[in-house]
Amino acid sequence: MNALKSIRREWLLLAIIVAIALAVGVRAPVFLTWRNGLDIANDSAILAILVMGQMLVLLTRGIDLSVASNLALTGMVCALIGKAWPGASVPVLIVLALALGALLGAVNGWLITRFGLPPIVVTLGTLSAYRGAIFVASKGAWVSDQDIHEVIKGLPREVWLGLPALVWFAIAVLVLSTVFLKLRREGREIYALGGNPLAAAYVGISPRKCLMRVYTLSGMLAGLAGLLWVGRYSIAYTELAAGYELTVVAACVIGGVSIGGGVGTVAGAALGVLFIGVVNGALPVIQVSPFWQQAIAGAVILISVTVNARAERRGGRQILERKTTTLDNTQGAVA
Amino acid sequence: MSAWNTWERVLLALLALLLLVFGFAQPGFMTPDALADSTFNFSEKGILALALALLIIAGEIDLSIAAILALCSLAMGYAMKAGAGPWGMTLAAFVTGGVAGAVNGVLVTRYKLPSIVVTIGTLSLYRGLALVALGDQAISGYPEAFSIVGNSYLGELVGVRGLIIPIEFAILLVCALLVGITLHRTVAGRRLYAIGANPIAARFSGIEVDRYRMALFVFAGLMAALAAVMLTGRIGSTRPNIAMGWELDAITMVILGGVAIEGGRGSIVGTMLAVLLLGLFTFAMGMANVTGIVMSMVIGALLIVSMVLPRLLQRKGATA
Repeated sequence: MNALKSIRREWLLLAIIVAIALAVGVRAPVFLTWRNGLDIANDSAILAILVMGQMLVLLTRGIDLSVASNLALTGMVCALIGKAWPGASVPVLIVLALALGALLGAVNGWLITRFGLPPIVVTLGTLSAYRGAIFVASKGAWVSDQDIHEVIKGLPREVWLGLPALVWFAIAVLVLSTVFLKLRREGREIYALGGNPLAAAYVGISPRKCLMRVYTLSGMLAGLAGLLWVGRYSIAYTELAAGYELTVVAACVIGGVSIGGGVGTVAGAALGVLFIGVVNGALPVIQVSPFWQQAIAGAVILISVTVNARAERRGGRQILERKTTTLDNTQGAVA
Repeated sequence: MSAWNTWERVLLALLALLLLVFGFAQPGFMTPDALADSTFNFSEKGILALALALLIIAGEIDLSIAAILALCSLAMGYAMKAGAGPWGMTLAAFVTGGVAGAVNGVLVTRYKLPSIVVTIGTLSLYRGLALVALGDQAISGYPEAFSIVGNSYLGELVGVRGLIIPIEFAILLVCALLVGITLHRTVAGRRLYAIGANPIAARFSGIEVDRYRMALFVFAGLMAALAAVMLTGRIGSTRPNIAMGWELDAITMVILGGVAIEGGRGSIVGTMLAVLLLGLFTFAMGMANVTGIVMSMVIGALLIVSMVLPRLLQRKGATA
């Protein structure tokens, strides 16, 4: 019943995306070309990687506001290492980015689990702290195009089997996330914990391990995204991707991931990313000022959460379930 | 629930320590003029922090508050272009703030959505509307009256030479007093704690929870409008990125002030002490030529430490 509803929701979102694409395509046929599709996919790839990490965190009723700072810090460190060490190779840099990102994420997880702090406050703190660390690491200087290592710049521009490397990275992350959440015990535990933490604890799921895992994974993906971001735009500076964390959360919410925890699928979140990508790609084509992007994203978030909430209520949470729903409400306010 | 607790004492001690250390280490810091001027940098944020303190105590949050500020500043600009005088412009700001806050309130109370999601959405929407309206332009040329509100001292207004309290800071103090009395000395204030601690129990004991929530969101919008009038007056122009990211600064002030993010605990005294502490700290570090971004790192670390320390102490106390 629950699965059926979420499937219908995703089809609806897909239908809306297709409708927008067709409507724009009628006015400007260039929008429906393969080339433009690739552009949108390329632009959405980094967001998709970040969204997978954020979704894991949201599923546990947490939130990770530090992803954009983590991305920028890891990106900056990779850029600086590339600048100082000409012999760097792609695998080494990727491992480095994953490790550094995971470390920064683990700091969040440690603070949250060790001291029982609310995730929103911890990641709000590390959001500022990591952002400041970029300045300290780079001494405020920009690493611009000519100083970015060739392999970092080259990585997102590679084309494998007709698709850009960035898209392959995103696909790999999406597939791994699906496997993790659908088939692995650790993944199922995340849903259990987010759905009802108390019950999860009773059946022997360790909330500490589970939370530690999701924040580390979220950080790791942010680190990977950082390396790719620096490569794609071939620049690294202190304010890189500032405020992007809200776009990431927005994509999750549009994709049907519940802030209240326990609800959300990889396909839904990916569609949320696609939606933002298509809207952002469509605006310039139909000659609407790109300044509308943010306002539209905001309106869409509000509409989709309102629709979600109504669907949930119509789905008939029974009176017997009332206790858990009220618990959800209070927890939701906390998260 | 009382306004004066252990955490407030800790903050006061920290504030004294800060004044002492920078008073000795930083020449020119402990002069009345410097201290008075330092308040310009945090008065508007303090106004936002007061509204957020009430919201967070009641278990809600408003991330869109700085975006509402931007919309209100924009409303002032448009009112001026339409030929309104200073009072008309102020009215426009407050109406805009009230409406924007009410939109948040309706979404939270009527549709039962979590306020964090709603206000992430409206943050994007409001800031986006400001961007759409202004693009890369700016509105400037505001009347003299606003510049006086934003930049002058109380002494100049009443004609007493030595009274070098900025008008902005005086407004903040008056607001803090009013909000503090409401929270700590009225029935409505006590009910906010009840709502924050357990909304369902509060509803069952006859408190109109949703009405209070609605009022709080409208109040946050109005406070954002007040901050918009002050800030627009002080810097004399409106840009779409005005007060960008201030919501996080203000929330940091509130949390550092000892307000529990899960609601039900906190005080206005603590919030104001944290506003002073962070404001003076930022100013002193600025005098010592530390850049803003490094300061934000220190403040982020401070925020986490301020949460971790009490828990560590508690644990020790429990085992001993």
